[in-house]
Amino acid sequence: MAEPIVSLTALYPRSRTVKISLLFIVVAVVCAFFSDVEITTLYPWQEMSRLAHGLITPDFSDFRVIVNALMQTIAFAFLGVSLGAVFGFLLSLVFDYRLVHMTCAILRSVHELFWALIFLQFFGLHPLTGVLAIAIPFSAICAKVYAEIFEEADTAPYNALPGGSRRVVSFFYTRLPMVWQHIKTYTSYRLECGLRTSAVLGFIGLPTLGFYLEVFFKQGLYSQAAALLLTFYLLIATMRWWLRPQLLLVYLILSIYMLLPAAVDIDMANVKRFFTEDIVPYPLRALDDGTTTVFATIQNFFHWFYELFWLQAFDGIVQTLLLTQVSLVLSGMLALILFPLITRHFQGTIGRGLGHGFLVILRSTPEYLLAYIFLQLWGPSMLPAMIALMLHNGAIIGHLCGRYANEIVLPNNSIKGVNLFAWEIVPRIYPQFLAFLFYRWEIIFRETAILGMLGLYTLGFYVDSAFEEIRYDRAILLIAITAIINIGIDSLSRRIRQYLRLTTTVQCGQ
Amino acid sequence: MPFSFELKSANLCYKNVDVLTNINLSIGAGEHVALLGKSGAGKSTLLHALYQQQRSYCALVPQNVALVEALNVFHNVFMGRLNQYNTFYNLLNLFWPQQDKLNDIQQLVRPLGLHDLLFSRTGELSGGQKQRVAIARALYQNNQVLLGDEPISALDTTQARHIMKILHDQHDTVILAMHDVEMALCFANRIIGIKNGSIVIDQPATSVSLADLQFLYES
Repeated sequence: MAEPIVSLTALYPRSRTVKISLLFIVVAVVCAFFSDVEITTLYPWQEMSRLAHGLITPDFSDFRVIVNALMQTIAFAFLGVSLGAVFGFLLSLVFDYRLVHMTCAILRSVHELFWALIFLQFFGLHPLTGVLAIAIPFSAICAKVYAEIFEEADTAPYNALPGGSRRVVSFFYTRLPMVWQHIKTYTSYRLECGLRTSAVLGFIGLPTLGFYLEVFFKQGLYSQAAALLLTFYLLIATMRWWLRPQLLLVYLILSIYMLLPAAVDIDMANVKRFFTEDIVPYPLRALDDGTTTVFATIQNFFHWFYELFWLQAFDGIVQTLLLTQVSLVLSGMLALILFPLITRHFQGTIGRGLGHGFLVILRSTPEYLLAYIFLQLWGPSMLPAMIALMLHNGAIIGHLCGRYANEIVLPNNSIKGVNLFAWEIVPRIYPQFLAFLFYRWEIIFRETAILGMLGLYTLGFYVDSAFEEIRYDRAILLIAITAIINIGIDSLSRRIRQYLRLTTTVQCGQ
Repeated sequence: MPFSFELKSANLCYKNVDVLTNINLSIGAGEHVALLGKSGAGKSTLLHALYQQQRSYCALVPQNVALVEALNVFHNVFMGRLNQYNTFYNLLNLFWPQQDKLNDIQQLVRPLGLHDLLFSRTGELSGGQKQRVAIARALYQNNQVLLGDEPISALDTTQARHIMKILHDQHDTVILAMHDVEMALCFANRIIGIKNGSIVIDQPATSVSLADLQFLYES
């Protein structure tokens, strides 16, 4: 056999981006092989057509329910995000301290729904449960992003100030006004995220959108559910018109007024017992009683941990990682398919308008909600979760890629269609695309863990069961394990971005 | 209080690369110095080193003007005196400009042609206007030394001449990096030329001519 004139491997030296992409695709294929993907409901298509029919015949007759659900959703989001933004801002000023950014990393790594489950145990369905579940992780996220925004700000005006200017004053005259617009934009994006979170909190019993959706779905009232969803999209799509700085105070007061009736007295004894007894690992509690020796206690503790880890956590971790890796790659693939919908190189003004509308709907629907709907239709397996994660995250990354692609100026316009896509646009946006995707990796993991609460065997399933069995010590340990893996993925993602020399401006999808 | 700028066998670097090596320089009160040299020679680096040495005596007009673009002209000029008032008064002026300060600054910017722009955001101004705001901020500081990094580069000749006169009249000591050699000779009393990482000329302005300085710009 004749030697090839040019060896293909020499002609096509694998770049780091290509290598990493291939690695993730191979991992995802292997993971998909081990995941349980099937449709278990008897008549999935029948149920789907009923849902589709409901979506095109929304029923707004239960107007009072819709308004109340939305008002509650807004109220929780507003209070949670406001607190988060204020504390996040204060923390961002001292974010250089190791203690502060470590604490923030930990607070951020626990999903809002896990926070809600924790507070639910001792506050019950008190408004504080929902408000704190949003405020705590949001403070940590805002702290990080605000700190990055401050870091990016130009220091030249600060250096030009007369020597001896007070730090506080310099801050208010130079750094703050320079980043103010950026912080405002990011905070309003956070409010959008807060609205989604608030809606999902309804699934654990708070009176927000998710609660009513679950009620409607359980009864097969798809037209009512559709009306609720459509108003929610409308609320998010019109945010830039109703979210005005001068109205913030009004909204804040209204939110407090909305939530106040449910704010019954908090039993501090419950709170105390939760932190001092309930979450202490079960074997260690025996130490206080004086019924066992220290040695036996330690032995029991290890036995307890060993059992919990191998019987629950391990399987949860494996399932969560499998689903994460498959969903990550699926999201990326969908994003590459979706972004041309909003890109001027492929679409006219009308086409782009429709594309934007489509992506807004996909990304305004929380993954949890999508997964819930698909689970109802197809029965429990990894499939509904994968599709839900793919749609939501694919739409977000697609949106970011589309915006980026719109800024590309091409030298000539002679090529079109698939050639333009494959030869001109994708090669140009690919590094940026990977950066967006890796930013979302930890978010996808956190969400995957949570989806267990819907009945998949990811970590959330075991956390939820532990809470149901009132084994708070187990629940907290499982949440801690989830958080540790989440921090690990975050740092791995950062390493990969460094290896690929990917730089992005802050806040892309964080 | 007497002061002077002193550099003894100093190596000055920009972004961790030595730009100027073994620099010996002394500039005292009352001198009006022009730093000359082609772009990239190290004028800014030298100016920056001088600024760091005597920051409390210096008002600075940086090359990139360094304005806070989200704030208006009044605020950016007022910043020149942030070290002179207490924190409360400074913050009060940020949110609610005081009448007497408005009057002071209005008067100060009138000769600079900015009096109609007092409440315009500096981000919306043209390059020349921004440069004049940076100059106004330095003038308002009213310090003993003025350090300027090509402070008139974006202005037309008539304007530039007018402003150079104001800058030199109102400061006891002036050190400006200049790219307009003619203007430098006209206003400075000492010329310092930089080439290939060191000071190659340091003479009274009266003893050098335009032609003597030509070699600074040849490669």
